[in-house]
Amino acid sequence: MIHSLFIINPSGDVFMEKHWKSVISRSVCDYFFDHQRKASSPEDIPPVIATPHHYLISVYRSSMFFVAVCTTEVAPLFVVEFLHRVVDTFEDYFSECTESIIKEHYVVVYELLDEMLDNGFPLATESNILKELIKPPNILRTIANTVTGKSNVSSTLPSGQLSNIPWRRTGVKYTNNEAYFDMIEEVDAIIDKSGSTVCAEIQGYIDCCIKLSGMPDLSLSFVNPRLFDDVSFHPCVRFKRWESERVLSFIPPDGNFRLMSYHIGSQSIVAIPVYVRHSLCLRESGSGGRLDITLGPKQTLGRTIENVVLEIPMPKSVLNCGLVTNQGKYTFDPVSKLLVWEVGRIDVTKLPNIRGTISLQSGSPPVEANPSINVS
Amino acid sequence: MYAPGVNSSTTLSSSSSYNNDRPPSAEAVEVATDPASGGFFNSDYKKHDDLKQMLDSNKDNLKLEAMKRIIGMVAKGREASDLFPAVVKNVVSKNIEVKKLVYVYLVRYAEEQQDLALLSISTFQRALKDPNQLIRASALRVLSSIRVTMIVPIVMLAIKDAAADMSPYVRKTAAHAIPKLYSLDQDQKEELIQVLEKLLYDKTTLVVGSAVMAFEEVCPERIDLIHKNFRKLCSLLVDVDEWGQVVIINMLTRYARSQFTDPNLQDVDEDEESKRPFYEDENEVDEEQQEKRAPTLDPDHRLLLRSAKPLLQSRNAAVVLSVAQLYHHTAPRSEVHQVAKAMIRLLRSHREVQDIVLTSIAATATRRKVMFEPFLKSFFVRSSDATHIKLLKLEILTSLATESSVGIILRELQTYVAAHDPPFVAAAIQAIGRCASNIKEVTDTCLNGLVSLLSNKDQAVVAESVVVIKKLLQTQPSAHREIIIQMAKLVDSVTVPQARASILWLLGEYSERVPKIAPDVLRKMAKTFTSEEDIVKLQVMTLAVKLCLTNPKQTKLLCQYVLQLAKYDQNYDLRDRARFLRHIIFPADAESGGPTRLSKQAKKIFLAPKPAPVPESHFKDREQFQLGSLSHYINTKANGYQELPPFPLEAPDPKARDVETEPQVMEQAPLFTAKKVSSKKDSKFYSDTESPDESEEDENSSDEDDDDDEEEEDSSSDKDEEEDDNEDEESSGLEEKLPKKVVKSNAKPKSDEEEEEDESDEDDSSSESVSDSDSEDESSEPSSVPKKQTRNAKPAKESTPVVKPKSNLDLLLDLDDVSPAFTPIMTPSLGGFLTPMSTPSSQVKTQLFPDIQPASAVISPNTTSELLNKINSSGLEIKYRFTRSPHLYSPSMASAELTFHNHGPDELTDIRVGEKPTSGGVSIHDFAPIPSLSPGSSLMGTIGVDFADSTQPVNFEIKIGSDRTYPVALKVPVGEVIRAVTMSEELFLKQQGGLRGMNENTAKLSLTKPCSDLKSLTNKILTVANLGVIPNSDSSTLRFAAQTLSSKSTVLVSLLSSDNQNLTITVNCEKMVIGSMLITQLKACLAD
Repeated sequence: MIHSLFIINPSGDVFMEKHWKSVISRSVCDYFFDHQRKASSPEDIPPVIATPHHYLISVYRSSMFFVAVCTTEVAPLFVVEFLHRVVDTFEDYFSECTESIIKEHYVVVYELLDEMLDNGFPLATESNILKELIKPPNILRTIANTVTGKSNVSSTLPSGQLSNIPWRRTGVKYTNNEAYFDMIEEVDAIIDKSGSTVCAEIQGYIDCCIKLSGMPDLSLSFVNPRLFDDVSFHPCVRFKRWESERVLSFIPPDGNFRLMSYHIGSQSIVAIPVYVRHSLCLRESGSGGRLDITLGPKQTLGRTIENVVLEIPMPKSVLNCGLVTNQGKYTFDPVSKLLVWEVGRIDVTKLPNIRGTISLQSGSPPVEANPSINVS
Repeated sequence: MYAPGVNSSTTLSSSSSYNNDRPPSAEAVEVATDPASGGFFNSDYKKHDDLKQMLDSNKDNLKLEAMKRIIGMVAKGREASDLFPAVVKNVVSKNIEVKKLVYVYLVRYAEEQQDLALLSISTFQRALKDPNQLIRASALRVLSSIRVTMIVPIVMLAIKDAAADMSPYVRKTAAHAIPKLYSLDQDQKEELIQVLEKLLYDKTTLVVGSAVMAFEEVCPERIDLIHKNFRKLCSLLVDVDEWGQVVIINMLTRYARSQFTDPNLQDVDEDEESKRPFYEDENEVDEEQQEKRAPTLDPDHRLLLRSAKPLLQSRNAAVVLSVAQLYHHTAPRSEVHQVAKAMIRLLRSHREVQDIVLTSIAATATRRKVMFEPFLKSFFVRSSDATHIKLLKLEILTSLATESSVGIILRELQTYVAAHDPPFVAAAIQAIGRCASNIKEVTDTCLNGLVSLLSNKDQAVVAESVVVIKKLLQTQPSAHREIIIQMAKLVDSVTVPQARASILWLLGEYSERVPKIAPDVLRKMAKTFTSEEDIVKLQVMTLAVKLCLTNPKQTKLLCQYVLQLAKYDQNYDLRDRARFLRHIIFPADAESGGPTRLSKQAKKIFLAPKPAPVPESHFKDREQFQLGSLSHYINTKANGYQELPPFPLEAPDPKARDVETEPQVMEQAPLFTAKKVSSKKDSKFYSDTESPDESEEDENSSDEDDDDDEEEEDSSSDKDEEEDDNEDEESSGLEEKLPKKVVKSNAKPKSDEEEEEDESDEDDSSSESVSDSDSEDESSEPSSVPKKQTRNAKPAKESTPVVKPKSNLDLLLDLDDVSPAFTPIMTPSLGGFLTPMSTPSSQVKTQLFPDIQPASAVISPNTTSELLNKINSSGLEIKYRFTRSPHLYSPSMASAELTFHNHGPDELTDIRVGEKPTSGGVSIHDFAPIPSLSPGSSLMGTIGVDFADSTQPVNFEIKIGSDRTYPVALKVPVGEVIRAVTMSEELFLKQQGGLRGMNENTAKLSLTKPCSDLKSLTNKILTVANLGVIPNSDSSTLRFAAQTLSSKSTVLVSLLSSDNQNLTITVNCEKMVIGSMLITQLKACLAD
């Protein structure tokens, strides 16, 4: 299974390595760097790289590469999924996962990695269990530990590990019992030049933060559960009950977790809440280009649209933009050629608009295509 | 905390520790505590002295600090091996965190410092006997991770002990240790397989995943070890952790390929036909229907597919893909498409996941187009995708293209051509070419589109189009003279060598269509020959030779000139080619003997009609690898890849998988043997079936969960105790048992024994198991029934260390440590929750009649009755249905499932039970009040009613809101005021003997149509009344037993048939009214 793990920062430093079997020299990462050099962006590095003796399987998260080294046949998705779980665990522990945070908490990171894999095979990956084995660092506990001489590491086996609900720790107590649910829905749409929707789909998530004492058994029912025809669940959800009654019944883990995610495919009709009216003309009589974009709401059922951000990756030849907005702020990064317009809330009475000129590099080849516009 | 004396004794003579010469003084420690003092660090010769000093101190926090810094060095990949002696002696530290870090360090460096590492071994050996399971496990983990060949025998012993440990966690660690030891010393294989075999038999979800992982690493060829565990693995699958699931499914795919016959060999056509309709209502299709669809499928094969299917809903992409590959490789063709939707869902995951899933889809799509066609739009490229994702999507789009969908795909491809990403644009143009050649209808449109691209501003686009057009023209060169002319003109402008070469080749091939232009182009090329790329030069030569053959008058000299230039080229390929061509075309140059035989044939050689290239997906040849494997992804055989065997023509003996009961018995639920052998086998099967009655039970049980946890806890801990008693008895009875110290669960010894017996006489395993359960009735029944009902609680229970009298003290002590795990865990995971929880009732009854066991209802009737009519109540309709599962509140209550449906226009709020009867022993446990019910929606609830053994309707009120009250009457059929029980046949006869006279009702009945088998009546009877089937030796008699809910009076029903038509029904019951009503009911139901 997984032989070793190297964590590499964007500048190509291997700043942490962990071996679960005998040591593999970090020179194996050179193959990875070869591919990194070839790729135009970090996203383009293939997740699996075959070298003469090893297989490098990598994920790219928070601008770091997590490169797992395998020597034998293994399901690549298994490794990829595990690496993502590792990063998720770090995020859960340290609230974010960056190079400096990993360096700062290297001991906890190392202990976690040691607990999560044994001989390259996942051992404990549930955050509830790990948190019982290794306490997440926080200031209060650090002080308490220095005073009392206690450590972050538990000496007893988390009971969850042995039970049939490995995701929940036992003996949870809260004075205020609370449960919060976040519904997140993302609409992905491709819209063609003329403004008609080529395809649109919805990806939704229900994220929970559950702070309940004891062993709560929750059920969540939906007004119209028939909408969910393609779902995936956290292991705590009783699948059969969902199948028969369309009720989510589960004993939740303690803390934050993703209860379910669902996908509404391109077959069904998806309402897109905004429209974009654009006119973009690059190369207009020598001086440069002209840009005029207006945003407007569409099928919102009376709700206001907030936090609108518009991103336009500009062609390479664009030097700068001189734009005026009637709402929000815009930034243009001359290095990545990305124009970002943070619109904020869309007011129906005064539609947000951005217009102005774009200065182009003189003598550059003509821009052959108009850039695409991402709205989020 | 830690006496210095101990410290020095453990340091032994270990190395030249700084400390040995000068015992730590307080001052020295103080100096060392300042880790920031960089001076220490920089001086090379004693760079780690401060760390050593800290490690030798007797303060835990100093040691910890030092260890943390050392681990920091290890993590950064810096050399820290010279600290080994100083670190290793801290392995005895009492501080758990120091110890852990020492372990981490030890595992990293032990290989390099073998001799010193041996010093730590005794500590681990001691820790292996520790009462704390976490310490035992971690000791084994570290011990087996120390890669020192010298300790192989020690590790072997440790693994053997741990494999028989009572803690499943330790057993899991043992499973992990097996491949470690195997990689260290391959000679241990045989011995390890023995241990592994034992671990594979384990029934704990925690262990099996790791055991299968070890199996895959150590002996994947020993497929015979899986036979006996196959069904268990299938049924435990949903409860195993995600990582274990992936490994198990991958292994079972291989198993299925070697043990079952190809499901797609027969009735292919039928499958194709039935494809569509089944797809939609897949979830409703019950098991029997599925059987009908694929009648040839082995029941075990079906079991595997059925138990893997819910995992498509897993959050873990690896699990989903492994199920997908299981279906892809082993499922009947008509069922494979079920996995498509889940695979599409994965496309919204991380980039890396997308990439791997798309690769799998691309490979699948070449063979199963229909499967992904409905999801065509999901493969449309987004501008935010990474390039390799875009390329994969293009690949899939082109393989999915059909006559109907090609229009929409081409439209997309057109947009892609205008994108910014050069490799992607090139791929899009190629994709257009592939669509064009695959689908004849659009070839011309595509060709026109491609030709228009020739005037594109972008060189790369033009070049790519040229290459693609060249390929297309080869397929139908007839009528495209204009295109060739247009392309010939491009020679002046196009600079991309690949494109130039393509144009030249085209001109040469079809030179007779453009007789004027071709020689001119050759002239131009001859001029620039020296500055061209190699690939272009080669084509110039080819063009020259071809023209020379067709039009020697104009071009012979040119050709000679070109060949002459090539003769002195730097590239040896070109020189070779030139020499070779010259000798064919101009043989006279070499010798004056006239045309040779070769040159006569030159025209045939160079202008032979050439087959057009067939553009194919480069994913086509991946079929040989297991989908989703590393080898499949990189399309080469990876190290350690296990070939997927082809389906055998003749299935190997399916009996090999028989463990206790015959598979036939398992497949049909309500039969005598299946019912009676209330073993774990049964319960597992239940957790997997999808029949509606079970979901009712389940719903009930989880409602109980909601109601109160406390009671549940009590009851199950009571049960535990009972079970313990039981086991003591039972295990003392088993004398020839292996010298195993611990009995993990009551199920364990029994199955062990049976397996032994199984091997001796495998043929009549079913009869054997029946008699087995009979003989063990006394001891095993009380626990096996709750067991059956609470499969979910099983792992928790199994972890219950039940200690035999002779077990040693250490193990007894361990009980304290484990105790937190006792908390009854009732949660079911994914699939497990179907089984009803055991209820207090079982306990009560066991005390009353130790030999009469409550049984779960085999059938739960689907008949619903109306409690509240929508007309009476302005829109609220309530229906009820008896679920036949005991109500949690009181065992004497029957639970009815209520369905509330709001037909009215308004929202109904606060629906609850109003006044209810209090007299006559009748009582009601309310359903949970419903705060609001919106129009058109419906909700479920459960109500518990104690009918006090009467069939009088129970009257109560339903209240809606603050002011509306509706009286309702809950009528109960007599079959629902009793509860099924089981007992032995002797007991039945004995009880029947005691209920003669007034308590006996007899009726004669003749059936309208004769039935061949009495057993076929069982279903009818069980639908009407909640009765338990009694095992029976006599085929002309059927016996059923039940107890009334409230008073627990026994109800006995026997059915005797003289011939196939005439029946005698006898009902014996203390409650005469119940008896007579029941017999009337039974008569009525059997008559029609």
